[in-house]
Amino acid sequence: MTGFSSPGEVADALKSVDYLPDDRISQVVFLAERLDKPVLVEGPAGVGKTELAKALAQIHGRRLIRLQCYEGLDESKALYEWNYRKQLLRLQADEGADWAEVEDDIFSESFLLERPLLEALRSPEPVVLLIDEVDRVEIETEALLLEVLADFQASIPELGTVQAVTRPLVVLTSNNTRDLSDALKRRCLFLHIGYPEADREREILLTRVPELPEQLASQIAGVVRHIRDQPIRKAPSVSESIDWARTLLALGIEEVDEGVTTETLHVLLKYQADIDKVAAELGT
Amino acid sequence: MISVLTGFVSELRQVGIPVSMVEAIDAAAAVEHIPLADRTALRHGLAACLVKNAHHLEAFDAAFDVFFAHQPPLDEVTAEAPSEVGDGGGAGTGTGEADVEQIIAGLVGALSAPDYEALQALARQVVGSLAGIQPGRPVGGRYYLYRVLSRLGADALPARLMANHPGVEGLERTLLADEYRARLNRFEAMIEDEIRRRLVADRGREAVAKTTRRQLLEDVDLAHAPRAEIARMERIIQPLARKLAARLAHRRRHLRKGRLDIRRTVRHSLSTGGLLADPQFKAPRIAKPDIVLLCDISGSVATFAHFTMQFMYALSAQFSRVRAFAFVDGVDEVTGYFAPGVDFHDAIGRISREARVVDFDGHSDYGNVLERFAERYPDAITPRTTVIVTGDGRNNYRPARGEVLAHMAREARAVYWLNPEPVRFWDTGDSVMREYVPSCDGAFEVRTLRQLEVFVEELAMAAATHSTAVKV
Ligand SMILES: Nc1ncnc2c1ncn2[C@@H]1O[C@H](COP(=O)(O)OP(=O)(O)O)[C@@H](O)[C@H]1O
Ligand SMILES: [Mg+2]
Repeated sequence: MTGFSSPGEVADALKSVDYLPDDRISQVVFLAERLDKPVLVEGPAGVGKTELAKALAQIHGRRLIRLQCYEGLDESKALYEWNYRKQLLRLQADEGADWAEVEDDIFSESFLLERPLLEALRSPEPVVLLIDEVDRVEIETEALLLEVLADFQASIPELGTVQAVTRPLVVLTSNNTRDLSDALKRRCLFLHIGYPEADREREILLTRVPELPEQLASQIAGVVRHIRDQPIRKAPSVSESIDWARTLLALGIEEVDEGVTTETLHVLLKYQADIDKVAAELGT
Repeated sequence: MISVLTGFVSELRQVGIPVSMVEAIDAAAAVEHIPLADRTALRHGLAACLVKNAHHLEAFDAAFDVFFAHQPPLDEVTAEAPSEVGDGGGAGTGTGEADVEQIIAGLVGALSAPDYEALQALARQVVGSLAGIQPGRPVGGRYYLYRVLSRLGADALPARLMANHPGVEGLERTLLADEYRARLNRFEAMIEDEIRRRLVADRGREAVAKTTRRQLLEDVDLAHAPRAEIARMERIIQPLARKLAARLAHRRRHLRKGRLDIRRTVRHSLSTGGLLADPQFKAPRIAKPDIVLLCDISGSVATFAHFTMQFMYALSAQFSRVRAFAFVDGVDEVTGYFAPGVDFHDAIGRISREARVVDFDGHSDYGNVLERFAERYPDAITPRTTVIVTGDGRNNYRPARGEVLAHMAREARAVYWLNPEPVRFWDTGDSVMREYVPSCDGAFEVRTLRQLEVFVEELAMAAATHSTAVKV
């Protein structure tokens, strides 16, 4: 690991690639690198979990390998697959050849399809491995991930054990739609990212939407904080406040008031019930 | 350091946060990389190693604040405040109204700026002069916080701060009020911090920790929890409901064949020289759980009902094959109220106004409910249905009609009963659990989220044994 000497350095590096961390984020990233442990980043959607992994790859000048999880993800999509089409062609081309020889051949490197986990293990250059939205996979696949993370190796029956060439920096993210196994959690450092404080949100807005006037950024951060305090079903996240900032800019609005807010609430809120509730609360 | 850490870890375990050996070792390793004087760094670093559940962070912070409180001597500020620890019974009263008025004026200035260093100094000053901390008294920090805040007239502060902005109107005013509230919260936290520092200096960490322990959400008694607390559980219930549904779905995975598994088919075929002779099938991917929820919403279990409705809501939001029924002495289907996108509180409001759950006098009548249910919804239960009944089984001395539940149990895949009462109270008074338990595949005491989790886990075990039984 390139090695930052303090969380402050991590913070500066992240800021230099337009990611604004808070104290917790830089501290946990710093420790994860020091202790050489994966980070499990958990929090609501749109608070910068995925973006953090991307930023880490950038500051280390490493390639980002991303395993996007979904329900039904299995070993053949996560780790490796044999290129059966090619294998069959090879078999047909060689009819009558010595079976043992053919078998050795079709289970060799050139018939192997690398999936993200294997790719990360075999990469000659150290990478950042992002296992995104791990809460979406079934328990069996989680166990597979755990195996790989435990020893940084994987076994492929036909090829033997593949040991990591370089140590990847591993980031897992979760929206906590499902409890992850204790074993997986124990293996990782845990980083909860919530909605940012108003000051940091303002900085994020200014970084991500550079044309945004400062005054407007403060107002947006304030309104979003206010809305998050309401008893609504789905609070607006950072990604929504960025969308809102862009919308306001596009509409040529320089200052927000109740009217403007109410008219554009659909950018911030997903559910009609929430929009109605907030509009009523703002008194329009 | 290591001994403080050991004490801290055992305090976390006391509170109910599960810290494994490995995690404790990680924490010890982490400490090597953190300058000990940096409390913020230490807090975040230890949390990352020791807490793997966001809902436990609050309890972690409460414990951390005590175990790693600033140690005296902090600086000269405390020396300026004469009437602190050691001042005897009347401590704190030595500061006159005029002095208090002066402090408040300084406070308003610092909050308006905002000047957090000045606020920090003020926090130390007011704890010294207004809290009246008496050595050796086993009082929690909250009490002293309350004393300080009431001496400062904290309730009046927001209005006083806003009075400086007569021209600010509408949305801008709302946002400004929010901002002041945020600053006041920070100031309060500084006061609490200072109080803790002094209490720890006086009584030691372990003793103070006991009085400031924060109960974990999963240990809150559902029957007596305040509504606000129940509402906070919403976010925990979601993943738990999903887990339950996944377990129930899992059961069925082994029963059906799914899509063609090309990978395994080809692999098999390679041994026959590429002849695709033996098609292999994938296990079906996502099986939908088939659940019927019967939920007692009578007065005797009102708080628990609010919680079980949340559970219902969470389940129905994600799975189409969940049917929900509410009952008191009559029963009505409420599935439709939980349609996707509906706000939970709106749904609850509508159910309490519109659902026909009372046939007679509004006192629980499980016997009538079961009978009506069987009569009106004969198609609700199939051999694939898991039935979950939630309620205290207190029947107001009416006929229990256990045979109706027994019949349902024969039709259904399984019947489970979740009762918010401690098991030792079952079958006392008008509780008729003994009539129902024999028909159930499991009856559980569920007074806390932790117990609900136990139920979900137990279902998983049942599912596992079940599926092997089928495979053999
Ligand atoms: N700390 C941050 N600094 C800069 N941008 C951020 C930050 N947090 C969130 N964002 C912005 O919010 C968007 C959503 O973040 P993302 O990482 O996709 O969220 P998620 O937590 O769902 O993975 C990103 O595109 C990024 O622009
Ligand atoms: Mg993401």
